[in-house]
Amino acid sequence: MRVLACIKRVPITGGRIVLTDDSLAIDTRHLGFTMSPHEECGVEEAVRIIEAGGGDSVVLTLGPPEAVEQLRDAMALGIDRAIHLQTDGREWDGEATAAALTEAIKADEAASGRFDLVFFGNESADSGGFQVGARVAYALARPCVTGLKRVTIEGASVRCEQEVEGGRDVYVVPLPAVLTVKEGLNLPRYPSVPGRMRAGRKPVTATNPVRPEPRLELVRLVVPAGQGRRAESLGTGAAAAPAVVEMLRKAGVL
Amino acid sequence: MVLVLVEQAGGNAIDPSLQTLTLARSFGQPVHALLVGSATDLTQHGVAVAHVAQHVALGAYAPDAWAAMLNQLAVQLNASAVLAAGTDRGNEVMARFAARTGLPLAANCTSVSPGPPLTVTRLRWGGSLLEEARLNSERPLITVAPYVVPIEPSSMPADVEPFAPELTDENLLVRVVEHVAAPGGGVSLTEAKVVVSGGRGVGSKEGFAIIEELAGLLGAAVGCSRAVTSAGWRPHTDQVGQTGTKVAPDVYIACGISGATQHMAGLKGAKRILAINSDAQAPMMQNADYTVAGDLKEIVPAISAEIRKVK
Ligand SMILES: Cc1cc2nc3c(=O)[nH]c(=O)nc-3n(C[C@H](O)[C@H](O)[C@H](O)COP(=O)(O)OP(=O)(O)OC[C@H]3O[C@@H](n4cnc5c(N)ncnc54)[C@H](O)[C@@H]3O)c2cc1C
Ligand SMILES: Nc1ncnc2c1ncn2[C@@H]1O[C@H](COP(=O)(O)O)[C@@H](O)[C@H]1O
Repeated sequence: MRVLACIKRVPITGGRIVLTDDSLAIDTRHLGFTMSPHEECGVEEAVRIIEAGGGDSVVLTLGPPEAVEQLRDAMALGIDRAIHLQTDGREWDGEATAAALTEAIKADEAASGRFDLVFFGNESADSGGFQVGARVAYALARPCVTGLKRVTIEGASVRCEQEVEGGRDVYVVPLPAVLTVKEGLNLPRYPSVPGRMRAGRKPVTATNPVRPEPRLELVRLVVPAGQGRRAESLGTGAAAAPAVVEMLRKAGVL
Repeated sequence: MVLVLVEQAGGNAIDPSLQTLTLARSFGQPVHALLVGSATDLTQHGVAVAHVAQHVALGAYAPDAWAAMLNQLAVQLNASAVLAAGTDRGNEVMARFAARTGLPLAANCTSVSPGPPLTVTRLRWGGSLLEEARLNSERPLITVAPYVVPIEPSSMPADVEPFAPELTDENLLVRVVEHVAAPGGGVSLTEAKVVVSGGRGVGSKEGFAIIEELAGLLGAAVGCSRAVTSAGWRPHTDQVGQTGTKVAPDVYIACGISGATQHMAGLKGAKRILAINSDAQAPMMQNADYTVAGDLKEIVPAISAEIRKVK
């Protein structure tokens, strides 16, 4: 089996989002970075599939030079090697991202063989475009199933389960396939210390694709107005219990 | 004209699709709807023509078939824009549509100003941030964020026309082959009137006993933060937030949850928030309606005891 996971570096925004002066980006000077929880589950699933059946796992990102940290995080969880499409930090729209990822996948497959599975997050944490996986799947002419909470390989096919109103919808598609996943698919492991050390020595291939003009073009970001909550104190410690009960009664839930 | 994919459940158009029809009228052009499989009454939603797609293979949901149909109809009608609700289905069908036509797609829009250039406002970070963007496209593809645009009725006797799509085997490769019903029981997080939710401050898996006790007394669902699911204290199905469940209770009780933007993204529909936290400066304490400062291990059992007293 050969399995690929596509991830994106995003800031951890904490309790309040602060924008840069030009309102074109989040001010990340005081923030840490991560990959989306959805994508972390994609990485974990890729590692489990290779652990169970043998083969080769790769992680791919399009992002600034610092995104190598997220590639190392994925390799610390057990991914074998990484491909880094380096950008100057400006945003790429979903269409351009998908085109660059597709090209990188085709190039890697020409050299090392076809990926049986390519994992994406259902949506990226920051831009939430809900599209890169489907676009890559179409460009590779492979079946695509989205929003998965369970993935089981059954011979030359994969059984895919999606959470829907009232239960789960099941799809069975032949390999090779493109799957987009959601958090809850699995519980990602914590990277071990030896895992982290090994990750530092695993190979990262970097290239610098050219950014096309976006057709979905960011004009500015806006932090939505608060919901007008006023934070009324009901007291401190256990002594506040009667006031809480009174509030619950007024709210009509008691 | 603009074309809108209308999803149905139980024979009726779903609310997010009706919200999409309302937003579609801001283009100032006739609105046509695509319904898959069966017709439904859209006469109160300003629809000029409802096209009802019928095909033997449409019994089971097949997202590529839906995308192919939508594209065939858009081409046939020369639609100037195509919209769908920003539901799981709406977003995936439109992504596939965008992929096969090579057109840009703006997901989860909250408003549209017809151009040129067409500009949209859309949700990022699960709604914690808004983006204004230009959509440079000969046929804009848009999904509409659910429960943001209020439905505005507009009475119009929609013509109902059959539509016979051409579908290939390839369009039907990805299709639902089985539906597994969810086991019943318990209060569902999405529908609960009260949610009692615990964060890292609860301290352990066992620590959730007092959260469960309070939830039991209130007929509430138990929720939690991602710190809790990552630690394995609760299943992911309990997680509230951007990558968990979005809740809309009358009262949300956040115990030992700091209030990260990704957690708050799941609380947009909550009517009242009560924050219980030992740190008065925690963002949750600033973004709540009611606060109790202190140790949740004392406060939560005291609330349960008080409820027992008055019940
Ligand atoms: C892309 C992305 C998506 C995410 N999606 C989600 C999501 O869907 N849902 C989600 O919840 N998070 C999500 N997160 C994680 C989020 O950023 C936070 O890390 C997480 O919500 C923190 O959980 P917490 O508040 O329980 O823990 P902490 O931030 O550690 O807060 C613990 C709180 O408990 C208080 N406390 C401690 N002890 C006590 C006590 N004895 N009594 C009272 N209070 C006490 C502390 O003062 C503190 O405020 C996401 C993150 C990213 C980057
Ligand atoms: N810059 C990127 N590099 C690698 N993968 C990406 C990138 N952007 C998006 N993806 C993948 O595509 C998924 C969907 O992204 P989006 O269409 O932006 O919501 C994400 O969860 C990632 O798996």
